[in-house]
Amino acid sequence: MTEDKKKSRQERQRQWTARWIRVQSVLLRLAVHAAAAATVLILGFLIGYILIRGVPNLKPELFSLHYTSENQSMLPAIVNTCTMTAMALLLAVPEGVGAAVYLVEYAKKGSRLVRLVRLATETLSGIPSIVYGLFGMLLFGNRLHFGYSLISGSLTLAIMILPLILRTTEEALLSVPDTYREGSFGLGAGKLRTVMSIVLPAAAPGILSGVILAIGRIVGETAALMYTSGTVAKIAGLGDSGITLALHMYKQASEGLYTEEAYATSVVLLLLVLLINFASSRAAGRIGKKQG
Amino acid sequence: MKTFKEKAMKIVFLFTALVSVGCVALICVFLISSGVPAMKEIGFGRFLLGRTWKPGAEIFGIFPMIVGSVYVTGLALLIGVPVALLTAVYLAYFCPAQVYRFIKPAIELLAGIPSVVYGFFGIVVLVPAVRALGEPFGGKGNSILTASLLLAIMILPTIIGVVEPAIRAVPRSYYEGSLALGATHERSVFSAVLPAARSGVLAGIVLGLGRAMGETMAVIMVAGNQARMPKGILQGVRTLTGNIVLEMGYAAGLHREALIATGVVLFVFILLINLAFSALKGRDRG
Repeated sequence: MTEDKKKSRQERQRQWTARWIRVQSVLLRLAVHAAAAATVLILGFLIGYILIRGVPNLKPELFSLHYTSENQSMLPAIVNTCTMTAMALLLAVPEGVGAAVYLVEYAKKGSRLVRLVRLATETLSGIPSIVYGLFGMLLFGNRLHFGYSLISGSLTLAIMILPLILRTTEEALLSVPDTYREGSFGLGAGKLRTVMSIVLPAAAPGILSGVILAIGRIVGETAALMYTSGTVAKIAGLGDSGITLALHMYKQASEGLYTEEAYATSVVLLLLVLLINFASSRAAGRIGKKQG
Repeated sequence: MKTFKEKAMKIVFLFTALVSVGCVALICVFLISSGVPAMKEIGFGRFLLGRTWKPGAEIFGIFPMIVGSVYVTGLALLIGVPVALLTAVYLAYFCPAQVYRFIKPAIELLAGIPSVVYGFFGIVVLVPAVRALGEPFGGKGNSILTASLLLAIMILPTIIGVVEPAIRAVPRSYYEGSLALGATHERSVFSAVLPAARSGVLAGIVLGLGRAMGETMAVIMVAGNQARMPKGILQGVRTLTGNIVLEMGYAAGLHREALIATGVVLFVFILLINLAFSALKGRDRG
């Protein structure tokens, strides 16, 4: 009798544990799906909200050549953003690609120099943009007397995107199979020729996708530019202060007087970012296909 | 001739590799040489632990901003980390391939949206929502909670981007072994796989911490920016980053140097966070 009772109690306990585990699993599954849904919904809500509220505010006057306080034209800012992007890329891409070539093709793996460069790049990629802004203001603005200008801004941004370019190029170079290099050496080409005409072209799509991501960072940057390129709302030459699109939007949004215009500017920024992300993944997709 | 060209280019490549080291050195030198003298003049203790920031009266204590940054970042992690971890788990172990093809670019897109757009979204959506929520308790729309919510969204892609590969790097046999012992799919993932990816998970959280602490524009657009000790999560707050951007435009003399010194403090925090990140990330490889 007591034996039976004991058995049935054990049995009940086992059932309870089994049931609890089942409940736990269901809860975990729910939580996981809810979190993923939340992430996607937030993105969808953000994009949807800004597009729906913003598109009706996109007026042709907002793209006129001159900015006035009545007409918050964003065209000067767009032109400045393009100049800035071109300048920063011109500086950072050769520099970053060169550094990656050295690390992957020339340096001994795991040597002290490689570790030092890697540490430096990781440090650079962790520095917040406001610190870049301060540094750019101190070095380029004050010490080198560039003042508030597109040059100061693009030099600052060039340093900021350097780790991104370096890392993506490094990965792209590493994904080029060694047989390419061996084939080239076998045909009598030297190291430099192999790098320039075989390895770099093969890695080009990966490098391109990194460059496009870097464009995205430049287009969206504000804190690093506020005190380097400044906030003058006109089409600027290299030595003049000129506002970029993201800063233009910050000014509109934070002053509180131009909410409608800020919606319009954010639509343009969002569309740019969508385009840039799409282009980058297309470029990256091409290397994937080639190897697969 | 040919060997000369080879050698010359090798030196050029070496030089480009050293530029990033040079940049880090320059940044350190410039920030420290411009910020530390001001700290000395104000007094290290009074600068770091002073509870009053009144540039007009030459009182420069950044303790409220340090506390502000810590509160905002901490709360953002508290909100963002669970969602990010669960989403990463979803991507690695629950997501059908067709959904993955759509959801992965979506998360990358979340990372690409500029911080001003997040900030603007915060102004038009989050601030009114938090105001409605907090008004009965005397809360403000521009508050710690608003800034933390916004930052929590912004660090999602950062954390997911580190944690998902870390989970995927755990050998499939862990999961299969757990299944074979009779555990459910969910328990296998959470009790066998996730603990094995521990240092990757921590690295992701630390990276998110760095991002949240360094974020500037989105935060100043929604945080209220009062330079005083924060009084509650529904009250306004100013962060270290905000302090620099808000006042640098008109600051001069010691005030300006104090702002640069604020940047130095932020920089030191970030360097420590980075070191922790590198250490954690290195552990997974070994």
